[in-house]
Amino acid sequence: MKHTFAVSIGGAAGQGVATPGNIFARIFARRGLHLNAYNAYQSIIRGGHTFLTIRTGPERVTSFGDKIDLLIPLNQDTMDRHLALLGRGAAVVYNGDAVKPGAAADGVQFCPLPVSELTHNSRNKVEQNTLAVSAALSMMGIGFQPLADVLTHQFKKKGDAVVAENVEVARSAYDYATGHFQAFARPLPMTGNPNAVLTGNMALAMGGAAAGVKFYCAYPMSPSTGVLHWMAAHARKAGIMVRQVEDEIGVINMAIGAAHAGVRAMCATSGGGFALMSEGLGMSAMIETPIVVIDVQRAGPSTGVPTKTEQGDLWQMLGAGHGDYPRIIAAPTDILDCFKVIPEIHNLADRFQCPGIVLTDLLLSEGTASVDPADLDFNVEIDRGDLITSASTNGANGYKRYLFTESGISPRAIPGVPGHTHTAATDEHMEDGVLISDEFTDPVKRRAMMEKRQRKMAGIEAAVKPPALTGPTDADVTLIGWGSTNGVIQEAREILAEEGITANQLQIRWMVPLHGDAVVEILKRSRRTILIENNYSGQFARYLRSETSFVPDGYIRKYDGEPFMPHHIVDAVKEQLAGSITMSVPMHEITV
Amino acid sequence: MATTAPLFKQVTLPDLKGKVDPDWCPGCGDFGVLAAFEKALVDLQIQPHNVVTISGIGCSSNLPGYVNTYGMHTLHGRALAVATGVKLANHELTVVVTGGDGDGFGIGGNHFIHTMRRNVDLLYLAMDNQIYGLTTGQTSPTSQVGMKTKSAPFGNVEPPVNPIALAIAAGATFVARGFSGEQRHLTELIKQGLQHKGFAFIDVFSPCVTYNHDNTYPWFKQRVKKLEDDTSYNPANWLMAMEKSQVWGDVIPIGKFFQRADRPSLEQCEPVLDEGGPLSHRDLHIPAETVKEFITELM
Repeated sequence: MKHTFAVSIGGAAGQGVATPGNIFARIFARRGLHLNAYNAYQSIIRGGHTFLTIRTGPERVTSFGDKIDLLIPLNQDTMDRHLALLGRGAAVVYNGDAVKPGAAADGVQFCPLPVSELTHNSRNKVEQNTLAVSAALSMMGIGFQPLADVLTHQFKKKGDAVVAENVEVARSAYDYATGHFQAFARPLPMTGNPNAVLTGNMALAMGGAAAGVKFYCAYPMSPSTGVLHWMAAHARKAGIMVRQVEDEIGVINMAIGAAHAGVRAMCATSGGGFALMSEGLGMSAMIETPIVVIDVQRAGPSTGVPTKTEQGDLWQMLGAGHGDYPRIIAAPTDILDCFKVIPEIHNLADRFQCPGIVLTDLLLSEGTASVDPADLDFNVEIDRGDLITSASTNGANGYKRYLFTESGISPRAIPGVPGHTHTAATDEHMEDGVLISDEFTDPVKRRAMMEKRQRKMAGIEAAVKPPALTGPTDADVTLIGWGSTNGVIQEAREILAEEGITANQLQIRWMVPLHGDAVVEILKRSRRTILIENNYSGQFARYLRSETSFVPDGYIRKYDGEPFMPHHIVDAVKEQLAGSITMSVPMHEITV
Repeated sequence: MATTAPLFKQVTLPDLKGKVDPDWCPGCGDFGVLAAFEKALVDLQIQPHNVVTISGIGCSSNLPGYVNTYGMHTLHGRALAVATGVKLANHELTVVVTGGDGDGFGIGGNHFIHTMRRNVDLLYLAMDNQIYGLTTGQTSPTSQVGMKTKSAPFGNVEPPVNPIALAIAAGATFVARGFSGEQRHLTELIKQGLQHKGFAFIDVFSPCVTYNHDNTYPWFKQRVKKLEDDTSYNPANWLMAMEKSQVWGDVIPIGKFFQRADRPSLEQCEPVLDEGGPLSHRDLHIPAETVKEFITELM
């Protein structure tokens, strides 16, 4: 069993759950530990309930896990809701003046802090939360200095007195915990070089910067807004034009305009905003101007549950916009992959002059993970495809923007280049851009132009690697997933292996092109197949069947708004292997 | 931009002729707008390859195909959003948006307001015929009350939008009204609009000879009166402009209602464009020290 340690901090929105969370994350990562964090929250600015879980350990942590080792309830509600999730060896650190303990399993340690006494009756809430962090660090076997460093950094703008006060208060809690509470059985080690910590949305934005995106625009929509925030904060340094637009229709049209003029452009939204973008996506395909759109899925339909996760937009992506046209759809498989996939899909969109869609979800985009900073390599390959940005002669004028070619790709001249004037039209057009939609309709030319555009799909398929199986070749069961479920399925496989069940995994990263033949080639060798996805109707299962006729043996689905936890998958797999059940819908035990 | 000297030659009207002739109905007001637009480009000697003419959907939105500049014939109502993207990506281009009243004030109303608020450096030529022509004659946002159309066979009961007043209120920095039947006047307005730094809006009466039998050439000819002929009118006066925008009846003013030059355009407000030329021609890589800074923030 991997050595991991999970801290959960709960409280009302506005009580400051994020700050201790960030302090823990920073301290863990600076020790070279890995981490994975998930914040279960609500669409409320003050009040309600927020529950952040940070799981750390010396090896890569791929999910927020199943168990809580340390609970920090900032209010009574959190104590009451989550105490039952704690088992032997776990502890609760809380403000003994304000929160009362409840009934817990045997072996759970209650650690009330005399907050008023330790803070000298200060009403500073940040200090109160810092006490809990400090006490917890003592119990984890992490020295006090890392916290002192973080606090010094955090408060240095407010002056030495504030720094000194906070460090002193934290120190008193650290010492109190050392004297009064029992330390955790396995201290968290110092493992090596510090890691970087980032959310999926930050990774997507940084991926855009690495890809050379020079135009980013968006309309705020949870859970995609983090991309806009990173972009806006770093725009000037990165030389990126960032705009907040009046609506998502304006967003995609503005981004396409910018792309058409020659920059790499990108935008992000969630399902509802994406619905507004659909017509624009078709324009991108029709005028053959590349665009990259990120859809961060949240629980739908309609406004749905804005702060909860789901993999429910796949069919929207597959069918977005009327008519047939080439498109590329990627579903990154972890937070680092959010960074990696963006330059890749920009290269493809540029080369094939069509829309590229990146399908993430709240779990990935708002989740936090540690990565090796060396993996955030901005020195990526940039392939802009057949792009004409200057001309040395004015004589061309035979230029045909939509020239018929074997690949379906026509050289793309950007506005401003002499001798290459043309009109890019959303109406059907001929090679030279002249419309064949109104006066000069012509079935032969229409067919030729449809085939030209669609020919690009063959090139896209050849440019994208088919999916591969991970884990033992010969396994009891093959678990199939797509996108964000990669980490939790991987962890479920590790747990199953400990229980004597071998499982391998087929995780789909490129939804389009799917490489259906390669998928079937893999799956037909499997002893048993179970398809896992975070939605009601089995959107990927239906897509897989429509593309390949393949039908898996069983399904595990979840559509309660919360992500899978490893034991949900483990239990369901065992249940399905043992009996005749082919559909499992695990119940989420944590209520936020 | 590799625009070396030999590439520039005297721009003449034939240079601006598009690949095909317009398929507008004979007598359509849009012919006059196209002619005035081409004449303005020639008068100002703007190189066709440095112009992007962008439209939405509708009869008048077919215009980019009829003029030899770079063109984009986009989605219904979306031309201003697309044009904003083009302009920000390459602010050295001259960006002109054309389209009709349904396209601009109906389906595109949201973008119309916000593009004016932002003062993007564009010229927006709305070819206003107070009817939906391409869909064969339905009520438009500028159709007058009482007008009978296929979608309001007993007479329109909704008051029209006043594009001039809306533009002045929304923050457009150049607001004018032209008439397709007044070629020379319209050409002058377009030239002023092209030279204006900021959002220039010209609402052009462009009669639909097929579907609008109320607001015809003779109807306008009897009513239009040039603001330029009134020496007491001051287009720098916002209140006067707003007041004048309400005049509609036996007399309908045309000409420049409002202009201010003291507001910077969006591109001028954006520090990312301060130096380094158009975004569309910049190096895509981010300097190593900046990358290092970005990553250090995460540690």
